[in-house]
Amino acid sequence: MSIETAPKISWWNRLAHPGQFVALTRPLVWPLAALTAVLFAAGLWFAFFNSPADYQMGDTVRIMYVHVPTAWLSQFVYATMAVSALGTLIWRHPMADVSMKSAAPLGAAFTAMALFTGSMWGRPTWGTFWEWDGRMTSTLVLLFIYLGIVALWRAFDDQLRAARVVAIFTLVGAVNIPIIKFSVDWWSTLHQPASVFTPEGPKMPGSILTPLFIMFFAFTFLFLVLQLVAMHTEVRRRRIATLERRMARGSAA
Amino acid sequence: MIGLGEHAEFIIAAYAGIAMGLALVIGWTLAAARSTRRRLAELDTRDRSDRA
Repeated sequence: MSIETAPKISWWNRLAHPGQFVALTRPLVWPLAALTAVLFAAGLWFAFFNSPADYQMGDTVRIMYVHVPTAWLSQFVYATMAVSALGTLIWRHPMADVSMKSAAPLGAAFTAMALFTGSMWGRPTWGTFWEWDGRMTSTLVLLFIYLGIVALWRAFDDQLRAARVVAIFTLVGAVNIPIIKFSVDWWSTLHQPASVFTPEGPKMPGSILTPLFIMFFAFTFLFLVLQLVAMHTEVRRRRIATLERRMARGSAA
Repeated sequence: MIGLGEHAEFIIAAYAGIAMGLALVIGWTLAAARSTRRRLAELDTRDRSDRA
């Protein structure tokens, strides 16, 4: 087969090769990290120096600029894992389980941050740090699901076998995401319903939406950077495991 | 710096918690990346010398 007749490798297949994936995505890390830093600087400036207090909640509205993005990421990271789980089970894409494994601890961290900032916002607004209502309880369940997934990955020596088990567990756990989203509509709750993405448009003024959107993108880009770095690390970990096995076989022979 | 009103302690606690959480996540991710890269470099060197 000559070079002219050889089939072209699609970007999908190219990304399936761990070494190619690292080579292709490594140049993205620093520009994305710089963009994230700029977004955080701008978001914090707007949050503290260029946005008004809310007419009802006063200055506690500023907690929203860190609570909403972390709450969004708690669900977005899980959605990323669920799509990766499909990639593992349906296409057996080698990078899908790397993505699943790398995202789980990040998702757990963002969920814990969302719960913490939520309770800091809840005390002055509702008079309580915690209430066992639909939104808060389902988000706590999400944290336990993340921690369960992290533990499950560590329970297996064979990471390929672990990937299939974790993928099924992840897809079963995905049922919790619509429960979190619609809990405020289904059950009586202290938590306010959706106020940004509604059919009638955002229910808040531009002066509050601006810092919220900037922080939303800052946190999302931070996740992308951390996910890429964690995926590169996981690829290297697997290479280390391969080399260690080869050396162990060599020294046993 | 603006005044944070009567509930300043909750606002400060929320942002301090986020700062600590992000520092931990970023630090842990970078530390894992560095130690893995170092271990891989060691093993690659040893593997090459074993093959030679």
